[in-house]
Amino acid sequence: MWRFISLRLLQAVPVILAVITVTFFLVRVAPGGPFDSEKAVLPEVKAALEAQYRLDRPLFEQYFAYLGDLAQGDFGPSFKYPGRSVNELIAAGLPVTAELGLYSLLVAVIIGGIAGVFAAIKPNTAQDYIPMTAAMIGICMPSFLLGPLLVLVFGIYLDWLPVSGWGDIPGDKLLPSITLGSAYAAYIARLSRAGMLEVLSQDYIRTARAKGLPEWQVVVKHGLRGGMIPVVAYLGPAFAGLLAGSFVVETIFQIPGLGRFYVQAAFNRDYTMILGTTVFLSTLIVLFNLASDVLAAWMNPRLRAQFGGK
Amino acid sequence: MTSEIISDITEAEQGTSLWKDAWLRLRKNHLAIVGLVLLVALIIIALLTPWIAPYSYETQNLELGATPPSAQHWLGTDIFGRDLMTQIMYGGRVSLAVGFVATSVALLIGVTWGAIAGYVGGRVDAVMMRLVDIMYALPFMIFIVLLMVVFGRNMLLLFLAIGAVEWLTMARIMRSQVQSLRQQEFVEAAISLGLSPGKIIVRHLIPNALGPIIVYTTLTIPAVMLLEAFLSFLGLGIQPPKTSWGLLISYGAETMEEFPWLLIFPGLALSITLFSLNFLGDGLRDALDVRRSKD
Amino acid sequence: MALLEVNNLEVSFVTRMGTNKAVDGISFSVETGKITAIIGESGSGKSVACYSLLGLIPQPPGRVDGGTALFEGKDLLQASESELRKIRGRDVAMIFQDPMTCLNPFMTIGKQLMEPLLFHRDVTKAEAKARALQLLEEVGIRDPANTFDNYPHEFSGGMRQRVMIAMALINEPKLLIADEPTTALDVTIQAQILQLIADLQKNRDIGVIFISHDLAVVADIADQIVVMQQGKIVEAGDSDHIFHHAEHPYTQKLLAAIPGDSKQPEAHPETLIEVRNLCTWFGQGKDAEPVKAVDDVSFDIRRGEILGLVGESGSGKSTIGRSILRLVPVTSGHVNFDGTDLTQLEGGALKQMRRRMQMIFQDPFASLNPRMTVFDTLAEPLLLHGIENRKTVASGVLKLMDDVGLARNFVRKYPHEFSGGQRQRIAIGRALATRPEFVVADEPVSALDVTIQAQILDLMLDLGKEYGLTMLFVSHDLAVVRHLADRILVLYKGKVVEQGTGGELFEHPKEEYTRALLQSIPGRSLLD
Repeated sequence: MWRFISLRLLQAVPVILAVITVTFFLVRVAPGGPFDSEKAVLPEVKAALEAQYRLDRPLFEQYFAYLGDLAQGDFGPSFKYPGRSVNELIAAGLPVTAELGLYSLLVAVIIGGIAGVFAAIKPNTAQDYIPMTAAMIGICMPSFLLGPLLVLVFGIYLDWLPVSGWGDIPGDKLLPSITLGSAYAAYIARLSRAGMLEVLSQDYIRTARAKGLPEWQVVVKHGLRGGMIPVVAYLGPAFAGLLAGSFVVETIFQIPGLGRFYVQAAFNRDYTMILGTTVFLSTLIVLFNLASDVLAAWMNPRLRAQFGGK
Repeated sequence: MTSEIISDITEAEQGTSLWKDAWLRLRKNHLAIVGLVLLVALIIIALLTPWIAPYSYETQNLELGATPPSAQHWLGTDIFGRDLMTQIMYGGRVSLAVGFVATSVALLIGVTWGAIAGYVGGRVDAVMMRLVDIMYALPFMIFIVLLMVVFGRNMLLLFLAIGAVEWLTMARIMRSQVQSLRQQEFVEAAISLGLSPGKIIVRHLIPNALGPIIVYTTLTIPAVMLLEAFLSFLGLGIQPPKTSWGLLISYGAETMEEFPWLLIFPGLALSITLFSLNFLGDGLRDALDVRRSKD
Repeated sequence: MALLEVNNLEVSFVTRMGTNKAVDGISFSVETGKITAIIGESGSGKSVACYSLLGLIPQPPGRVDGGTALFEGKDLLQASESELRKIRGRDVAMIFQDPMTCLNPFMTIGKQLMEPLLFHRDVTKAEAKARALQLLEEVGIRDPANTFDNYPHEFSGGMRQRVMIAMALINEPKLLIADEPTTALDVTIQAQILQLIADLQKNRDIGVIFISHDLAVVADIADQIVVMQQGKIVEAGDSDHIFHHAEHPYTQKLLAAIPGDSKQPEAHPETLIEVRNLCTWFGQGKDAEPVKAVDDVSFDIRRGEILGLVGESGSGKSTIGRSILRLVPVTSGHVNFDGTDLTQLEGGALKQMRRRMQMIFQDPFASLNPRMTVFDTLAEPLLLHGIENRKTVASGVLKLMDDVGLARNFVRKYPHEFSGGQRQRIAIGRALATRPEFVVADEPVSALDVTIQAQILDLMLDLGKEYGLTMLFVSHDLAVVRHLADRILVLYKGKVVEQGTGGELFEHPKEEYTRALLQSIPGRSLLD
């Protein structure tokens, strides 16, 4: 298993490097330098700024210097807000986004998983149709539509829940978490239904029934593990999607998280900020993908054995 | 003799091809048919919009401002006094265009890539699919945002960027199809008959790989439309004076407190389209399931 | 009183297409200490009947319409689900056909083995484990203590079936239902498992229902035999009655399908194909040792003969056929076909030779393109090799259909609209379309029902004569090959172990492996 993990970690290195490189050069070749859009800046001020951000040196030197900084955990300064660094913004935004992401993931896995399993136990009955129709609605109701609608109904018309903020007023975490998590709950419901249906049609489920086990034991002890593997493998992509979704949700609910910072940086054309955040988020996503892959492989004894040791 | 043979053949019982079989099954799936009908209607409306839109797209009427749905303006007007239905119709053209064009890009790259990797196999396959694996691991959503920021909100770039993300899955599906088909005995039989690789691909591989490709294409279009709407909502996609459903939803969200119809109707338009495509895709998946038609 | 007494059992499946009576009023009984075999082809209802006794058919669409099934005096059909659960796995246990898929791949075999014991009886985990180990030993698992925590994929098919048997017996059931327990196994393994079931049954004095499609398999072990066809019992009786005094034509047909005597070999002086030092290895990545599917094999095929190629799975028998036809890349060696070295041919020259040699595949479901009609399938080779032109192709197709015994009005139908036997006829027609001299038949009947097997084999023999074919007949089934082939090659792990006429091999096998193979033929006593 450790061989598998280290192998996958090694494979992640070139991916992360590719992300850094592509992002770096994309940002650098962007039409118009970062200070061009600024109003009249004195030439000497501009030169000083460029020197400060190493913009006067050759591109490749800048690139390797940046890599060096990254290796030391320094994501670079912000162009727009002198004196602030990307690290500070990450430190401020990450806990909020991580909490939001965690709640959303919990919403997605718990609601989606249970709905999917229940649907699969009695396919083509009301127990299947109702959650699956709800899942379809969830998929067709993207967060940027669901969020405002929830705010409109529960925040404004009914006035039950706060419409913005994070951790200021009790209950203000509820709407953002549901908004962000619902689409993924829907996907997971569909995935776990398909996975369970597949597993429940296997011969070994018949063996379990022939042993005289009650149906719930058949489903839980013999079905769940195989049926949930696709869901676990999906957690990596889901995490990436949640992060991207946090751009929207944090904007709608004015949550001071990484996503909102990123969107603001994008609008301000704060290039170092975009660069730093992209590299950070991408690394996070690559690592999370890795974790979900490893977990899914570990759940399958055959794969586990293939990669050495139990 | 000859006429006898011709009559033998023409009078022979007509078989049911798998396509016809699938269509018969699809026809029984009411939701999928509703989706199909809605989708066709939406496409026709989008194509005819310049001629059938009730009002002009640009003309503002600032005096009128935002009004709720009325007899003159069925879906109301926006804050500039423009007819919302006209806006949604024009926005739909853009949203659907992005959906279909970007999906076509993905289809073209993905199917070619996957078919080559699957058919050639060996080292070529290993290298090609390794590349797909690496690109899969890239956080594309963030990259697209980055691209949009760096190069400005360019529609062509948007098509390409979204297409570039979606082709990966297409390539994987196509490759696994071709690979499993290649091992089928009927392909071996074709080889042993002496058929050329080109003929084998055209006559034996493509018709059998088409089902999953059609299904996945149907499901990719809504995914692409969602992505476009997502970017437009953030202000990183379609830019005024053009509009799209994502952009309209974004405007609607800003003013929903006073003018909720500006959020609800564009949202409804997007949701209904996504519904149609997803139901149709699901229906096609069930209908084209080859395993099922075997027994 | 019998252990199990089934009376007038009726089971049907309700689908949108209508109601399908799967089991139509059957009655039979199982005695303690006896093996009752239920024989039938696919669709006969033999499995459905047994599964419905334990409430194991999915309801809906399945439905028990009537009858009684008294197990120790209690009617199973009237029992509630919770009562049935207490019986299942404790008093009545089951083993299934495919040991590869019947064990849970996510659970160690030890856990799966103890599960019925822990669930049905009041025992501690330690007691359960001790009992499980004891049973594993009894069914012939080597070193059970060390393999107890292994997962199913670490066992071979035969070993998995042993584990299944141990699992079924762990609660000391009174009745064991075995559903085609050896069908998915190699012949030598099949013989071992049959012996094991017979021994365990004798030692424990329990009742066994043995479901099979193959009369020969149960010949040596069954006490009572019930023959089913289309949901009804056509004949029942003890083993002696069924095998020697069968009255019903269907039973006689099943018996006739058991291949008879050795073929009297005919002399074929002229050599058509010389295979010399043929090696076909499959790489497994850079470092791994290649799989030597065919390893330095040499033999001749004479013009007009039927050469049998026999071996178990992994013997390389199919790969040899495919190597000769250049369907897999040959690693080294030569194949001379009528003076031309096939291994050196490319492009147009290879295409020309392909016309002269064809293949008939095992799985008629996979060997026909599902999107092509019979007409398209048969017309393709005719047009490709210029045997017919666009104008005459229709009559060529119909002629082929006549030859293989397919009704002409099926010409526009698709493969999925045909039964397995009909599909195999189409596949044979396609292979014969190019007027080949040489045909490789790769297990052409092993996916078919027994009575259909006999029809297809007869068809192949007739057509072989009519077309003057030379045939390489690949099979796992020695009895079939002996009946058909002029000479037989026995393969083991990629090498030729022994060759000779059927008579020679059966009377005087020289090699150990050949002898083991002969010992394993089910129902040997019937063959002579």
